[in-house]
Formats: sequence, C-alpha cells, structure tokens
Amino acid sequence: MKIRTIYVYNLSIKHIKIQGVFLILNYIWGIMIILGIVVSSFTGNLTLITSASIDSARSAVELIVSMVGIICMWTGLMKIAEKSGLIDSISQKIMPLLKFLFPDVPKNSKAMLHISTNLIANALGLGWAATPAGIMAMKELQKLNTNKKVASKSMCMFLIVNMSSLQIISVAVVADRSAYDSLIPSDILAPALIVTIVTSIVGVLAAKILEVFYK
Amino acid sequence: MILYISDLLIPLIFVIVISYAWLKKVSIFDTFIDGVKDGVTTVIDVFPTIIGLLVAVGILRASGFLDIISDVLKPITNTIGFPTEVIPITLMRLVSASAARGLLLDIFANYGPDSFIGRLSSIIMSSTETIFYTMSVYFMSVKITKTKYTLAGALIANFIGVIAAFFITLYTFGI
Repeated sequence: MKIRTIYVYNLSIKHIKIQGVFLILNYIWGIMIILGIVVSSFTGNLTLITSASIDSARSAVELIVSMVGIICMWTGLMKIAEKSGLIDSISQKIMPLLKFLFPDVPKNSKAMLHISTNLIANALGLGWAATPAGIMAMKELQKLNTNKKVASKSMCMFLIVNMSSLQIISVAVVADRSAYDSLIPSDILAPALIVTIVTSIVGVLAAKILEVFYK
Repeated sequence: MILYISDLLIPLIFVIVISYAWLKKVSIFDTFIDGVKDGVTTVIDVFPTIIGLLVAVGILRASGFLDIISDVLKPITNTIGFPTEVIPITLMRLVSASAARGLLLDIFANYGPDSFIGRLSSIIMSSTETIFYTMSVYFMSVKITKTKYTLAGALIANFIGVIAAFFITLYTFGI
C-alpha cells in the first residue's frame, strides 16, 4: 500500500486545524490583552500599553520578513523529500517500531500509515502537515475501537507519543532565532534533539506503565 | 560535541534529501521551487496570527504581569536555579503554540536569543508540544470524551522534558 503524501492530507483537512486553533485563541488572545490592561492600571504601566501594542505590531512585520526565507528553504527541501518518496520510505522503515507501540493495531491497517506520516512530519518540523495525518490516524483507530466514547490503548499511546514530540529540526525556532540576530541560530538543534528523544522515551514508558493501571 | 552535531544536522539533511532525489531521478530544482511557493503560503497564513499574538504578548509584557508571575514562582524555581522568566512560556506552551511563540519572541527581544534564557526557551519550544490543544483537536475529531491516562502521560513527558532542557542547556552552553 502506498502512503498518500502529506500535502494531499493538508488540503483536505486543513480547516479542522484552523477551527481548533481559533477556538482556543478566542479566549487566550482576549484574556492576554484585557489582563495586560487591567494589571497595568495597577502597576502604573498603563502609559506603556499604547507604545507596546504599536511596537509589537511593527516588529511582527519585521519578523515575518526575516523568517520567510528560512521557512521557504525548508518547505522547498521537504518538497523534494516528499516527491522523491524519501518520506514514504522512512515511514515504511519505522513500521517495526510502530508494531511495538501499537500491538492492538493490525499491521495492514491504514492507521499505521497515517501514524507514521504524522510522526515523521512532526519530526521534520512540518507541524502543519502532521495534524491532518494525525486526525486521519485517529479516525482509523476509532474504527478499531470497541467503545466509541472511550479512548483505546492505541489512541492514548498515539497521542502521548505525538505530544511528547520527536522533532529532529524545529525550523520555526531556528527562523525566529535568526530573525533576532542570533550568532548561531542552529546551535540549539542538538540539545533540543536530545531533549526530544528523552521526552519521547519517557512518553512511551509512561503510556506503557499507565495502561496497566487503567483497565 | 553537541554543538558539532547542531552544525551537521541541516547539511546532513540537505545531502540525504538531494542524493536520494537524484537516485530516484526527481528534477530537484523544479520541485524545490514548487516547495518554496508552499512556504510563502505558509508564512502568509501565519502572518495574521503572529501580528495578533505579538500585540497581545507585548501588552501583557508591558503591564508587568509576566514579572509578577516570575516573582511569585521565584522561591520554587530558585531551588534548582531554573530561570523564572521561562515559566510563562513553559505554561503557555501547553495551551497554545502560537501564543507560546509570541512569548518566545518576546524573550528574544528582551534577553537575546543567545542568552541562557533565550536558549533554554528555544529548546523547550522545540522539544515540547501543545498538549491541551492537540488533545482537544484529536479527540474532538473522533468524538471521544473519556481520554483515560492520555493527559497524565503527556504531562509527565512534558515535565521531564522541561527539566531535561534545563540541564542540557546548562551542560552545553553554561550559564
């Protein structure tokens, strides 16, 4: 079975992600602004609010301009990886690992393909492509689920692994660092890689241990 | 050694991607150009969000609220020397990636990306995930209400990640 490429998912389910983001930001955004203004009237910083908002809006434009190059370089490179079948081939190679993580999922299930696409897209810092694949994975796992209201073992494992986030390259962070004139924007990559491996291992262990206690 | 790997990571990915594509006879430059167009779309997509959040974070920062949080938590974090300035981003990271990014940029502007605080925040940002957001989107998409131990497991991994990030930053870069 051939894995559908990540960009195909992207178009079909993109709106789900956007809805989710905005639902939460409706609260967070308003709270941050109102809270800021209320607090500043107590701390005597109210006069700073106007200039803070104007300066921030301007620096947002500078930021976007300075990061657009790096992001584009990365999406360009990843497009090659996708078209050459490199991403698909890595997906196939992590199958044995997935069998260990998801013993309840039949290996020919489409869930496995979606899960591997999701994990690899995350690992390469392609967050926007990872979410649609992840949602497809959840839908496939739900088909295998016996109680449709309660998360299955495989779902818990998938989400914990997903949220413990194995990221090889965080392009956005490197782009942000370079936008603020870091001398070596990429010097955090290896330490971040070590941390992300640690969190992934801890996540898998936690899921395997917790599932014993939650019968 | 760790810094050496940092330097190698991106060149390595370039070499792997390009040589694999050559092997598969993909016309790499056309494909690259195609992908770059995707990047432009991506950046244009996030631009409104970035403006919105930078303004909100700017206001929150100017109000002194983040300093108050830091001051309150100082006694706890001081025991291991974890910088309190990083606490807000650590908490925000659980809820919203974009809002956390706003805080990250605020830290870069105030302390510099190459400061201890800047590096620690960068590493936390790139090695943890938006737990509450991700959980709600994924579980909502299949209408599951009982999430069992998912949150507990994710929070454990996240917490260990923040601690690990602190020690790795300390070990790699020093204070």
